[in-house]
Amino acid sequence: MKVHVRIKRFNPEKDRRPYWADYEVPTDPFDRVLDVLHYIKWNLDGTLALRRSCAHGICGSDAMLINGRNRLACKVLVKDLGPRITVEPLRGLPVIKDLVVDMEPFFSKYRQVMPWLVNDEPPPVRERLQSPEERARIDDTTKCILCAVCTTACPIFWGNGEFLGPAALVAAHRFIFDSRDRAAPERLAILAERSGAFKCRTVFNCTDACPQGIEITKAIQDLKRAIVLSRT
Amino acid sequence: METRVRPNGWEWLSWLYMRVSAVLLLLLVLGHLYIMHVVNSTDTIDFAFVAQRLATPFWRIYDLLILVLALSHGLNGLRGIVNDYTRPGGGWRLAWNVALWTVGLVFTLLGALVLFSFDPTAFARR
Ligand code: HEM
Ligand code: SF4
Ligand code: FES
Repeated sequence: MKVHVRIKRFNPEKDRRPYWADYEVPTDPFDRVLDVLHYIKWNLDGTLALRRSCAHGICGSDAMLINGRNRLACKVLVKDLGPRITVEPLRGLPVIKDLVVDMEPFFSKYRQVMPWLVNDEPPPVRERLQSPEERARIDDTTKCILCAVCTTACPIFWGNGEFLGPAALVAAHRFIFDSRDRAAPERLAILAERSGAFKCRTVFNCTDACPQGIEITKAIQDLKRAIVLSRT
Repeated sequence: METRVRPNGWEWLSWLYMRVSAVLLLLLVLGHLYIMHVVNSTDTIDFAFVAQRLATPFWRIYDLLILVLALSHGLNGLRGIVNDYTRPGGGWRLAWNVALWTVGLVFTLLGALVLFSFDPTAFARR
């Protein structure tokens, strides 16, 4: 099956503005979009720039806009897209080249919510234990692979880049509701600020797009509730 | 560990206020609709009806509440939208916020003035 692929390309050192490049690619219906991009890079145009690592949906490095939706190129099959495929870089982050975007604005938001375990109590002889129920509280949000699909699908993040974004809130949720962590008040104070949880307008783009199926909007509502209940 | 809690933001209060004011507005506006459009009709409502209604402090307070809640709810909602689409610390955000506060204050004062200076007998005497 031959597919027609349009890719939004941009090399800031050469091009004045992004342009569409068209390619005809022979594919198997069970090829992934990542295979199609590999075919183009290896056989048609070696200058195409993209990121990927694991090729199995777990490293989170090949997030891009495919047929108008944010997805991982390694997780979507050609047969589910049909004979015309358009590929663009993630929105809301600066393009370095072609499909490679600068992730630093994304990770700087992530770092703001203190995404690490805080617990100064003397460690027990073995590990810090957690009951299955306590672990279940954070089952969903621990699945995040930091692909940035959610944050770059969020119109509030596009607006002016002030919003921490869904991925940072998912990370905050994962530690705030971890029974072993002790920094919940500090994180909730950060999220109570203008750029935090209350900038979420419940658009649900993040939840629709997340390749890990995380119920992101629900997690953000958990955070809003925790902040309001701790302050009233 | 002693947790350092950073100075509180108040965006959570604004968010809560949108919900609380929405619930109150829903009750007040339903009451308003019932009095003005179900029990009475806009075809029969005249000056005498309005004058009689506004003669009691209850209805003056009722109308003032709708006025204050609807204005503050609407303008606070607009403030949220402005903050979504203007740059932090920029001139546009400042200008919008000044405009929203000005509109809010002027119309609250104007509405309150009408509600509380309204004197039906002043018209009857003429
Ligand atoms: C019974 C009456 C009303 C109810 C139940 C209601 C309910 C709500 C709620 C729950 C929100 C928050 C939405 C969110 O944060 O996701 C909201 C937002 C808003 N409301 Fe109301 N409202 C009412 C009347 C009004 C009136 C009279 C105005 C205008 C004067 C208004 C203007 C707005 C605006 C501008 C927003 C912000 C929208 C946004 O952030 O996207 N509302 N309303
Ligand atoms: S929450 Fe989902 S979409 Fe967002 S960064 Fe994590 S895995 Fe990606
Ligand atoms: S290449 Fe690792 S998630 Fe797609």
